[in-house]
Amino acid sequence: MSTAISFENVSKSFEVDGRRVEALRSVDLEVGRGDIFGIVGYSGAGKSTLLRTVNALERPTSGRVVVDGREISSLTGPALWKARRGIGMIFQQFNLLASRTVYGNIAYPLALSGLGKDAVLDRVEELLDFVGLTDKALAYPSQLSGGQKQRVGIARALATRPDILISDESTSALDPETTGEVLELLQRVNEEYLVTILLVTHEIDVIRQIANRVAVMDSGRVVEHGTVYDVFSNPQNPTTRRFVSSVLHHEPSAATLESIRAVHRGRIVQIHVENRESNDPFLSRVARTHDVDFNVVYGGVDELQSRLFGSLTVELLGDDDAVDAAIHDLRSITAVREVAHA
Amino acid sequence: MREFDLAAFLPRFLKALGETGLMVGVSFGVAGAVGVLIALWLYASRPGNLLENRVVFTVLNAIINFVRPVPFIIVAIAVVGLTRLIYGTSLGPLAASFPLAIVASVAIARVIESNLVAVNPGAVEAGTAMGASPLRVLFTIVIPEQLGPLVLGLTYILVALIDASAVAGAIGGGGLGNLALQYGWARFDYTVILVVVLALVVIVQLVQAAGNRIARKVMH
Repeated sequence: MSTAISFENVSKSFEVDGRRVEALRSVDLEVGRGDIFGIVGYSGAGKSTLLRTVNALERPTSGRVVVDGREISSLTGPALWKARRGIGMIFQQFNLLASRTVYGNIAYPLALSGLGKDAVLDRVEELLDFVGLTDKALAYPSQLSGGQKQRVGIARALATRPDILISDESTSALDPETTGEVLELLQRVNEEYLVTILLVTHEIDVIRQIANRVAVMDSGRVVEHGTVYDVFSNPQNPTTRRFVSSVLHHEPSAATLESIRAVHRGRIVQIHVENRESNDPFLSRVARTHDVDFNVVYGGVDELQSRLFGSLTVELLGDDDAVDAAIHDLRSITAVREVAHA
Repeated sequence: MREFDLAAFLPRFLKALGETGLMVGVSFGVAGAVGVLIALWLYASRPGNLLENRVVFTVLNAIINFVRPVPFIIVAIAVVGLTRLIYGTSLGPLAASFPLAIVASVAIARVIESNLVAVNPGAVEAGTAMGASPLRVLFTIVIPEQLGPLVLGLTYILVALIDASAVAGAIGGGGLGNLALQYGWARFDYTVILVVVLALVVIVQLVQAAGNRIARKVMH
């Protein structure tokens, strides 16, 4: 897969009240063409700053940002303005022009690229149809709901047929239902228009829903990145774990485990669950083989990028040797972790 | 108190009205263009903005702050030499519109700039992200986004100009202010003063009403 955006050793620092702030520290990252790439982090992690280097709203102190094979971080003047027209951007606060109608907002970037009136009309109508706002063409932004505003924002960002769309917390000001609608729309943008999407969010759930790749940022660094499946199913960094555990509740918290222990005094294991090739009922089969009983005491399974993954917390009851043997057998099938007694 | 002589007054009144119109019209036209441009430049050169330039910002700011507190009548006297150079005379409404334009430009620059500072930075950023040049952002986003407050600010200055034009009249510009002073105050003809004051009140009301109407129309 070819590269749409690459960050090469990107650092950015600036001064705030005489103190030097390192917003980005040696970020290396590649966004492949066709990806929906999510960057997640807490506020102040530097993710928005990183995103804004893609269209040179921010310039790195050192390092390069290459977009579509061109080093955008070195462009200025007309060359930069032209390059920006190939990168759509959507914002948390939508940033629509209040003085223009929906039609006027979507037509604005088209006028910038010097398109004729008839061509503008055709393109705007096509986009309004795509985002489902044909009947709002002559409305002003103040007359729209948040979700409608963001759909106008998306239509405007797509007007000049960019290859790349960057999204700065574009669903963070929306309620959960509207967030879902906007995310579905972004997914269609990716699939139907083949637009590479780089999105920044503090909501890991947004990434779980639509991204295929993810990078986790903390204090200006990318601390972990990979496919959404890999990162979610096997998070390495503590920040990543915190994010993942906030949306995937597969394993009990310490407090929950304690209350489980109050009733279930046997040995407790956590069994990894994922897509399987056979319908082997391995849990009951292993239990029967070793004459062990089991209780499922906690668990959860999710679907990520059309793959299942989750964890079952199980109490095993029987002779110590038999339980050992059962755990041994289970480990030959899937990952098993015994939870130490409190 | 003498008898009010309408037949003699009316032509004088109309002439004075025309002179006031000329002074205010010319100075407002010139100052509107100059003042708005200075305001845009000031806004754009502000640290962190589209055409950030600390030197330009500081100099423009200093000039405005220097001229603003000087009373109009002092400005008018101070630039008399320049006025003569440009018009060949310092008398008459056209000559008087020169110092008026100077004062109004500075006032408009400040009033409009304080309006522009309130423009939604998100809209400006969106324009930049879409690939609009800074000048394009200024004229197609910043001004349209703040057009309502901008019209109200200009209306305020227009009213102030009508007021200042009366002072200009007193030092040779003619107009309604001069009429009131010369034929009313100096000759104890209070009817003239009353008529002039009423005329000014009506003009100001009309200007303000028109300004409000336009502002409402351009705001969404």
